[in-house]
Amino acid sequence: MARISLDHIRHAYGPNPKSAADYSLKEVHHDWDDGGAYALLGPSGCGKTTLLNIISGLVSPSEGRILFDGRDVTNLPTQDRNIAQVFQFPVIYDTMTVYDNLAFPLRNRRVPEAEVDRRVKDILEMIDLSSWAKKTARGLTADQKQKISLGRGLVRNDVSAILFDEPLTVIDPHMKWVLRSQLKRLHKQFGFTMVYVTHDQTEALTFADKVVVMYDGEIVQIGTPAELFEKPKHTFVGYFIGSPGMNVLPARIEGATADLGGGQVPLGFAPQIAANAKVELGIRPEFVRLGREGMPVTISKVEDIGRHKIVRALFADRPMAIVLGENGEIPSEPRITFDPAAVNIYADSWRVSDPSTAANGRA
Amino acid sequence: MEKTWNNKAWFMVLPVLVLVAFSAVIPLMTVVNYSVQDTFGNNEFFWAGTDWFIQVLHSSRFWDALQRNLLFSVIILSIEIPLGILIALNMPKKGFGVPVCLILMSLPLLIPWNVVGTIWQVFGRVDIGLLGYTLAALGIPYNYVNNVFDAWITLIVMDVWHWTSLVVLLCYAGLVSIPDAYYQAAKIDGASRWSVFRYIQLPKMKRVLLIAFLLRFMDSFMIYTEPFVITGGGPGNSTTFLSIDLVKTAIGQFDLGPAAALSLIYFLIILLLSWIFYTVMTTSDAQN
Repeated sequence: MARISLDHIRHAYGPNPKSAADYSLKEVHHDWDDGGAYALLGPSGCGKTTLLNIISGLVSPSEGRILFDGRDVTNLPTQDRNIAQVFQFPVIYDTMTVYDNLAFPLRNRRVPEAEVDRRVKDILEMIDLSSWAKKTARGLTADQKQKISLGRGLVRNDVSAILFDEPLTVIDPHMKWVLRSQLKRLHKQFGFTMVYVTHDQTEALTFADKVVVMYDGEIVQIGTPAELFEKPKHTFVGYFIGSPGMNVLPARIEGATADLGGGQVPLGFAPQIAANAKVELGIRPEFVRLGREGMPVTISKVEDIGRHKIVRALFADRPMAIVLGENGEIPSEPRITFDPAAVNIYADSWRVSDPSTAANGRA
Repeated sequence: MEKTWNNKAWFMVLPVLVLVAFSAVIPLMTVVNYSVQDTFGNNEFFWAGTDWFIQVLHSSRFWDALQRNLLFSVIILSIEIPLGILIALNMPKKGFGVPVCLILMSLPLLIPWNVVGTIWQVFGRVDIGLLGYTLAALGIPYNYVNNVFDAWITLIVMDVWHWTSLVVLLCYAGLVSIPDAYYQAAKIDGASRWSVFRYIQLPKMKRVLLIAFLLRFMDSFMIYTEPFVITGGGPGNSTTFLSIDLVKTAIGQFDLGPAAALSLIYFLIILLLSWIFYTVMTTSDAQN
């Protein structure tokens, strides 16, 4: 277990990167606390896997250093880093038995056989494959194979960190839930530092204490699930987290008021914005109130998804999503108001914070 | 659901059947015909029964040649298979080196067999050959014409030069099909170079190795052209393999009966050994 520090890491796959666009990983400068459970969330191709491989040493960064507990490991090969990693698609040694597969990482590190036996049996129990222990791994289903991959990552209990690269993609939904809970339990029990890459927000939010959102090779926000939901630092976070994502509307700021074209929204403060910045207002569909007062909208579609309804509307010629309670009514002349506390203002896609509560603002 | 029987479908395989009949079955049957009869020309045949088979199986000529064949196959397999794997493992996986290596590797395979024989026949000559002359100049006694050991070495080196590429190409095909994630997982699991070979690369190469092994065994067991060109079966009978012996019997001495019996025995040996290898290698696979 260790604190992992990424010191100004940049990475480009091609040689001689010149512009920012050549970097698949723009500057990442971040500490992963010892024993933290992190989710690395972002769309495909945003650099999540690259960042993970840099931590495990499968990729060495073009620039920057990696430190484990303050010790520079940038030039240390994967084998010497004491990291466990689980990949997206199952990797099994198909000539070995299930048992030997799980014992492999331990035996390679010359763990005494009695200890190997104890830990492998624990893991077999956990991934529910005890009855398969003596069978060769070849005949297993994709599900079971991935459980073995997962088990190989968890069998070593002295690792600095366990990295998961979308490990549950091939597992069916029910099992996903079970395994995720078991991972959480293990985390509580042993206090591993865990980094979990995913593009599934539910997975990220249920697994992690802290979610790291990446976009286009950059970390755009690190925060608790609540922070990501209430105060997205970047319009991308607003759009990516939540279902449906945040409504982002072009706005003009006049003092402490935002002019949306279709109406005025009072703000609690007067945002300071550079003259030629692109200004937007973000409001989550959950905080849009549909009623007989406020700004007029045109409703185009209502999706009933069980516990609530999603109303698709046009506001000032822009599409807008509104979440309405199960028994919520839609008035004949619908109008909307925004929950003032949930309104966020963005300048060039980055959140503008209220100077009086700047502690929560952009670092 | 009632199964419909439509025997007309058999006509679809008729062309292949006719082709195979003319190219393989009928020639084979004429050989069978010769093997049980005696002839002195003029299309006169006398029934000989199993006499020729008994004669062949009792001749030391046959057993000596068979032993040479087996020895030759064992030697070249035990060199070409490990060497082929070793070269394949060290070939570049990407970049400019890949086409270069692949072309270099395929070159020997593109050369006709009698040309390969001629190349090495000239190469090894003590008077004008680069190899023979150089060795002689270095004071190393080497002469494949009158030294049994030198003749064998020449044939083995030639076969290794000619055919290791085949093993390399097959193994390489097996190796490049292994996804990167396997190597990454092995690194994470702290596997040694040997473990990576033993548990990842070898299992993935197993199928192609089986093919390489069978092809190389059958080909080396049937070797004819190269020793015929280089040594002509000599010195003495030391490089007279079954195939060379067969041609000597059939065309040199015109003993068609014994030659036919010998070719059938030869054919059955190859068939039997290939079947044994294949069965042994695939059942060890299926047990898992």
